[in-house]
Amino acid sequence: MPAESKTATYICRGCTLGERLDTDHLVQVAQSECGSHLAKSHDYLCGRHGVELIQNDIDNEGVTHVVIGACSRRSKTEAFGFGTVAVARANLREGVIWSQPDLAETREATQEMADDYVRMACAEIKFMQQPAVNRERGANRRILVVGGGVSGISAALGAARAGYEVLLVEKTDALGGWASTFHRKLPDREPYARFRENGMDDLINQVETSTHITVFLNATLSRTSGAPGQFSVDIATRGGTASTENVGAIIQATGFSRYDARQLPELGYGKSADVVDQAQLEEMARKSNGRGLVRPSDGGAVESVVFVQCAGQRSDKPGHLSYCSGYCCNVSIKQAMYFKDQNPQTDTNIVYTDLRAPGNGEDFYRAAQLKGVAFTNGSVDQVTVDGDRLAIQFRDEILDREEVIHADLVVLATGQVPNSGIDISAEPAGEAGSVHGGQARVPVDSILNLDYRQGPDIPHLKHGFSDSHFICFPYETQRTGIYACGPVRRPMDIAQSVEDATGAAMKAIQAVEGAASGRAAHPRSGDLSYPSFRREGCTQCKRCTVECPFGAIDEDENRYPVFNESRCRRCGTCMGACPVRVISFENYSVDSVGQQIKAIAIPDEFEDKSRILILACENDAYPAMDMAAQNRFEYNAFVRVIPIRCLGSVNQIWVTDALNAGFDGVMLMGCKKGEDYQCHFVRGSELAHERMGKIADTLSQLQLETERVEVHEVEITDIHRVPQLINDYAATVDGIGPNPFRGF
Amino acid sequence: MGQTVSAQGSANQAMVDKYRNNFLREVEANVEEGDWVKMCMQCGVCSGSCPLGNAWEHPPQELFMMIRAGQREEVLRSESMWMCTSCYNCIVRCPRGLPITHIMHGLANYANRLGLAPKMSPTRRFAKIFWDNISTTGRVNETKLSIRLYFMDGFVKGLKTAFAMRKVGLGMLLTRRLNPFALFAPGGIKNKRQLQQILKRAYEIEDQRKGFQ
Repeated sequence: MPAESKTATYICRGCTLGERLDTDHLVQVAQSECGSHLAKSHDYLCGRHGVELIQNDIDNEGVTHVVIGACSRRSKTEAFGFGTVAVARANLREGVIWSQPDLAETREATQEMADDYVRMACAEIKFMQQPAVNRERGANRRILVVGGGVSGISAALGAARAGYEVLLVEKTDALGGWASTFHRKLPDREPYARFRENGMDDLINQVETSTHITVFLNATLSRTSGAPGQFSVDIATRGGTASTENVGAIIQATGFSRYDARQLPELGYGKSADVVDQAQLEEMARKSNGRGLVRPSDGGAVESVVFVQCAGQRSDKPGHLSYCSGYCCNVSIKQAMYFKDQNPQTDTNIVYTDLRAPGNGEDFYRAAQLKGVAFTNGSVDQVTVDGDRLAIQFRDEILDREEVIHADLVVLATGQVPNSGIDISAEPAGEAGSVHGGQARVPVDSILNLDYRQGPDIPHLKHGFSDSHFICFPYETQRTGIYACGPVRRPMDIAQSVEDATGAAMKAIQAVEGAASGRAAHPRSGDLSYPSFRREGCTQCKRCTVECPFGAIDEDENRYPVFNESRCRRCGTCMGACPVRVISFENYSVDSVGQQIKAIAIPDEFEDKSRILILACENDAYPAMDMAAQNRFEYNAFVRVIPIRCLGSVNQIWVTDALNAGFDGVMLMGCKKGEDYQCHFVRGSELAHERMGKIADTLSQLQLETERVEVHEVEITDIHRVPQLINDYAATVDGIGPNPFRGF
Repeated sequence: MGQTVSAQGSANQAMVDKYRNNFLREVEANVEEGDWVKMCMQCGVCSGSCPLGNAWEHPPQELFMMIRAGQREEVLRSESMWMCTSCYNCIVRCPRGLPITHIMHGLANYANRLGLAPKMSPTRRFAKIFWDNISTTGRVNETKLSIRLYFMDGFVKGLKTAFAMRKVGLGMLLTRRLNPFALFAPGGIKNKRQLQQILKRAYEIEDQRKGFQ
């Protein structure tokens, strides 16, 4: 701590803290035990007078470090956010009085808890600095949009309308993408019973007349480097010319390719010209130009048409898509209407297994029923050519029997395959045409050509879609400052793509503004801290570069890590990984947590009091505990909770230090890991589980029971479960007895 | 309900010829509330809600699907829609607002009109007895109705039924819920002839509209 630093501790007596706790004792703990230069208590610390008291000490007494013993760090963040000084919070309200019973016999244990939280906050503040702003930041506010379809155009227009300069890169020779090839589009406003003109010409015109948007046609990205606020991209055009541009954020709106229906010979595709997919039908409708849809084979009239839903989708068969593309039911409804509008006598039959009409599609579905479109619940086994007609053999799921219907035209509802570039997590694709999982892998070109150590494209989430978590944090990818929107993220229709693109544009704007002021992006939005490392101590083991979930860390020519601070999300996964503990943040470090652990008073071995350390993720587990306390769900008084940024930031030294210090047990609480993870930093929770799996060896070396360390997955809604987990674990710890290291 | 068997047979053939194999269109045109059938979304709430559901060979949802699939004979010869007791549970619960009870009665009536309804279905026979009873005088004569119903399977069966039901019958007599003199009293509305004329004209209009001969 610098010589001129001055710590002040403030204990609040509000919210019944003054009645439940001996606040004078807490002031004494802070001042005499912890060496706080100033220590005061106040009746209502978050009120105007309380805040003024603190501000006055900062302004006139030279206070640089503030400890606040009041409510949880998640409460009153505005009142206690002084901006110029480091602040540590002792959670006396949710952490102590609200989670403990108000009884005479528990008063002592409750006071011990409060004393410890004040000691912990005083220890933490010694290793905290108000973060200086990152000097490596870039302030480029231009936004690059990759892909000129409806998603890319909408993202570009959204950002341009907000006043940001946009570069729009399109691979083909025209803007518009798939959406411009559609005859009509699904209804996206009242009346939902009616399809609409696709409106792409107007959107393209808006792009072309916008003064904020520069369009590059026939262009791709040959190289992308840098970080939010300071990306450098090489745009290569087909003619061979290349230009280098600087941008602040990137939106990837590369859309989808249609599923190759040639993989569906059992549904007659390729065997008859009268079996088409939805995209072909749109083209037929657009080209017919109101003259009426005819059979592609002979130009004959279409008296009956069958739509086969889920063609090559929602199926485990090799070469099929396992997911539902979500838009195809609505599209078949729309296309059936083309036929009904042309001639109401046309038999239109949609054969489906589950009709899924998202958005306001229910109205659209009803409108088609009113027009007389038939909907048959069945699964199609085969489409065969029968003379000059087609025979559709299917199982009627309601009548539970095999049926055959005949039609002049069959439309297959095939799905969307994302254009997401190279799957960087896949093992290197050996020879061209190598077989992977029973499916020939087609070599794909990289889209972004990132020069990141971790690979040229953004990591895929599931089924090849580029995303980080499509429910909790849409548009975010695992590369900071690069956002995905539209069908590259998940299958979607035009209306959804437009909404998605607008969201991604807002995210990109946040990213450039955050980068310009050196602040973190989601989920620690606004955080000014960033990681740094002690070069002398580094052993170049590369664990930080490999384990960073966001590809923020590169390596220099001497194989030392290079932290791209603007790419960093501040989770501390690198800090948890570092075996020599040289990585730290100005306000979060191995010491800032380690010293809290050491500050906790461990009762001597003759007292019948256990001590359990809980390291709780600040994203879900810690809020769940706060909410449990707000509901007055009580838990064991022998636990001491330290919030951490992510389970991934837990360095093993904390656990071994705690056990050496005499803690009887250590609980780690993080978010759900695995395929359906809820970890806000994607991989942190999973990494912590892996690392703690190895701690069993350490425990047995110390001759300790493996139950002394437990890792739990906790969701933010687990407000009943968390107190139960704590109490159960306290019982387990009681069962195995006190830590033999106690008192050494 | 007064057509002869041969007239019914020819009416059926006329409908087959007119609608070819498009049974859904035939139902839309000829069955009361039949134009709602296409709006069914096969959720099955009606079938699940029907208190007599397990007595139906084809629950309403399935009947609607059969109509769309063109299974004309199976639908019209089915006894299922004759099982409806008009509890209206399905109408209340149908998320698409289909008047399912009315459609069931519409189908039953249409099947009967074409002579395809199962002849010995007890509910069909009760319906006919009830209709004959009410349409003759314009009022329900409960005494006559009960007796017709008891004796519909012959004299001996009727006596057995009457004997089995004697406690209910006597109780109704004593509480004056059943009037024995109604067997002999003419009863009914004032101008019965006019009622017959109205009904005759209604049949004519219906026949004309639906294209019956």
